[in-house]
Amino acid sequence: MVLFAARHPGMIEIRAEETVLTTGTPPSPAAKRRAFTVDWSRIVLNVALPVLGVIFALLLGAVMLLILKANPLAAYVSLVNGAVGTTFGLTQTLVKATPLLLVGLGICIAFRANVINIGGEGQIIAGALMSTWFPLFFHTLPGWLLIPSTMIAGFLAGAFWGFIPGILKARLNVNEILSTIMLNAIALQLMNLLLQGPLMDPAGVAAHTFLAQSAQLPHQVWLPRLVPRTLLHAGAIVAVLLAAVVYLFLWRTTIGYDIRAVGLNPDAARYSGINVPTFQALSLTLAGGFAGLAGVVEVIGVQHRLLEGLTSGYGFTGIVAALLGSLHPLGLIPASILFGGLLVGADTMQRAVQVPSSLIDAILGLVVLFVSGSALWSRRWASRRRAGEQMDTEEAA
Amino acid sequence: MKSVFSVAVISGILNTMMGLAAPFLYAALGETITQTSGVVNLGVDGIMLLSAFAAFYAALTTGSLWIGLLAAALVGLAMGLLMSFVSVTLKAEQGVSGIGLYMFGLGMSSLLFKVLIGTVKTVQGFPPVRIPVVADIPIIGSMLFNNSIPVYGAFLLVPLVWWMLEKTTFGLKIKSVGQNPAAADSLGISVDRIRYISVCLGAVLAGIAGASLSISLLNLFQDNLTAGQGFIAVALVYFGGWNPIGVLGGALLFSVVNSFQLWVQVLGVKIPASVAVMLPYILTIAALTVTANRMRQPAALNRPFERGES
Repeated sequence: MVLFAARHPGMIEIRAEETVLTTGTPPSPAAKRRAFTVDWSRIVLNVALPVLGVIFALLLGAVMLLILKANPLAAYVSLVNGAVGTTFGLTQTLVKATPLLLVGLGICIAFRANVINIGGEGQIIAGALMSTWFPLFFHTLPGWLLIPSTMIAGFLAGAFWGFIPGILKARLNVNEILSTIMLNAIALQLMNLLLQGPLMDPAGVAAHTFLAQSAQLPHQVWLPRLVPRTLLHAGAIVAVLLAAVVYLFLWRTTIGYDIRAVGLNPDAARYSGINVPTFQALSLTLAGGFAGLAGVVEVIGVQHRLLEGLTSGYGFTGIVAALLGSLHPLGLIPASILFGGLLVGADTMQRAVQVPSSLIDAILGLVVLFVSGSALWSRRWASRRRAGEQMDTEEAA
Repeated sequence: MKSVFSVAVISGILNTMMGLAAPFLYAALGETITQTSGVVNLGVDGIMLLSAFAAFYAALTTGSLWIGLLAAALVGLAMGLLMSFVSVTLKAEQGVSGIGLYMFGLGMSSLLFKVLIGTVKTVQGFPPVRIPVVADIPIIGSMLFNNSIPVYGAFLLVPLVWWMLEKTTFGLKIKSVGQNPAAADSLGISVDRIRYISVCLGAVLAGIAGASLSISLLNLFQDNLTAGQGFIAVALVYFGGWNPIGVLGGALLFSVVNSFQLWVQVLGVKIPASVAVMLPYILTIAALTVTANRMRQPAALNRPFERGES
């Protein structure tokens, strides 16, 4: 099987391939030449627009703070202090960034295939449930075997939760946005059901507290801590490594190329022989897997057991992070650290200036609106570039 | 324990169903108008949340339910303008901008609730209005003719929206920009203006849907009051095939299952609560699966329009 892109005849570089997919003409010599140079103006645009979006949203947040009679400067200073001011705050930022990065990687794959995956929450729960049951059941296995196998099992569980809407879309044309939202609700109830039944902590049952949480997981499955006396765990490193893997997958393998081709122009992809529904289902399945992994690291890295409210909205915030990172795995790393910091800082802000941390949720919503709205300018820019290339070709001829 | 299938219980289930269906009807009929014009507004749930809060807060402070309803409609209008600006003028990916609107509504309603109210309070919501004579018909009478004004309004809206979309010039314009915006544009119809109006109409109705939750059905406000009902309303539009009558069918089916689920819990039938709560969502997926391939959606749904692009 030809897996690597270098041997794929259609693979030149994304900008050249955009020309092929959208106009059906082979890339111009100028485009080919440009394909091997770093396109700085594109990178600047992909960074500047999201950053502007965040700044604009924070400014509107400041207006809201003023209306609520709080001092915006004091609020934002306490937010920044909480997120990066102390060693513990900084590590907490990274702890929160880890599941965001993992969910966001899945979102990158799905959105690149033009599949809108809103099911992160449900997929996280699927992964978390599996990563609770698996080590409790195989508690005799040694850690070096139990940790990776728990991760794989959790990935597969999340992937299954993404596969359901994927196959429904591919085979029965069911809108994935709606089915993933419904599956979120179903997963949540499934978790409640299991936490009040088979997965409930036997200690809680014996003590008649009946807390909706599982038993503590065996110690050998706990992810090692990177900084003593903090919650920062090895899952953060795994997430960063996986970001590199997803980058290579999307830009250096034929499957990744096909996924992006499906997203860029489904009609052109179909004419060139790509089975569009299959690749959309595949991208949803992979997205589910990465979100599932986010559930795994929360369970075996942070909580060491399953509890209610474990997802903390990561499934939605992960979408914001992915959009802010321009749907690029490497842009996603700073974006998820930024949002991890916002989430941590919001709690500090709530304590310091008595502004509810829900302000940050509202600001995140605004970021999504601004960033999705600003896509117009990057599209216009891209089409101007294409027009320019056309002229290059004509001049050459 | 009473039997689930006694006459009294069935009548109770049906009566509850009418009340539960009202928010779905407002939101889903509004979304039908929006989607007929070619725009998907996924932020319905966020609009419902913020409007539900606005209605509740206005009713709590002024003591007038009608001012509450007005506040909800105005908040809906404001969010509709925001959504149309981002989705129509800026031509954003609608699935994504809608999620942004949802997150904004969720966060904002929770923020305002915590700052302005703080604890769970209740209001005296719209009381049931008995329509004389017809309300005395056994079973059906009290189910159909003993409801609050917002519930009557929701059901009257079904023929109204149908009439608007099918029988008026304005409805025809909405359909034309949803089916073939380029052709509509060449005939001098302003695609953007019709889409703005359709999105805002839908958002105002979503606002009333929120109010019908907080000051008519539940008479309280709390964080995430809607628990995803706005998303289900969007699903009902697909289920109903972009037709108000189909949407009514979907809303009734969904509400009867929900009402059954509530009554089953009240009567103490031994089904775990989480399984009962799960049922309507499973039903929605099943319904989408059955209907997805049969229905034809507006041809330009989810496609921003730009002159000179086909």
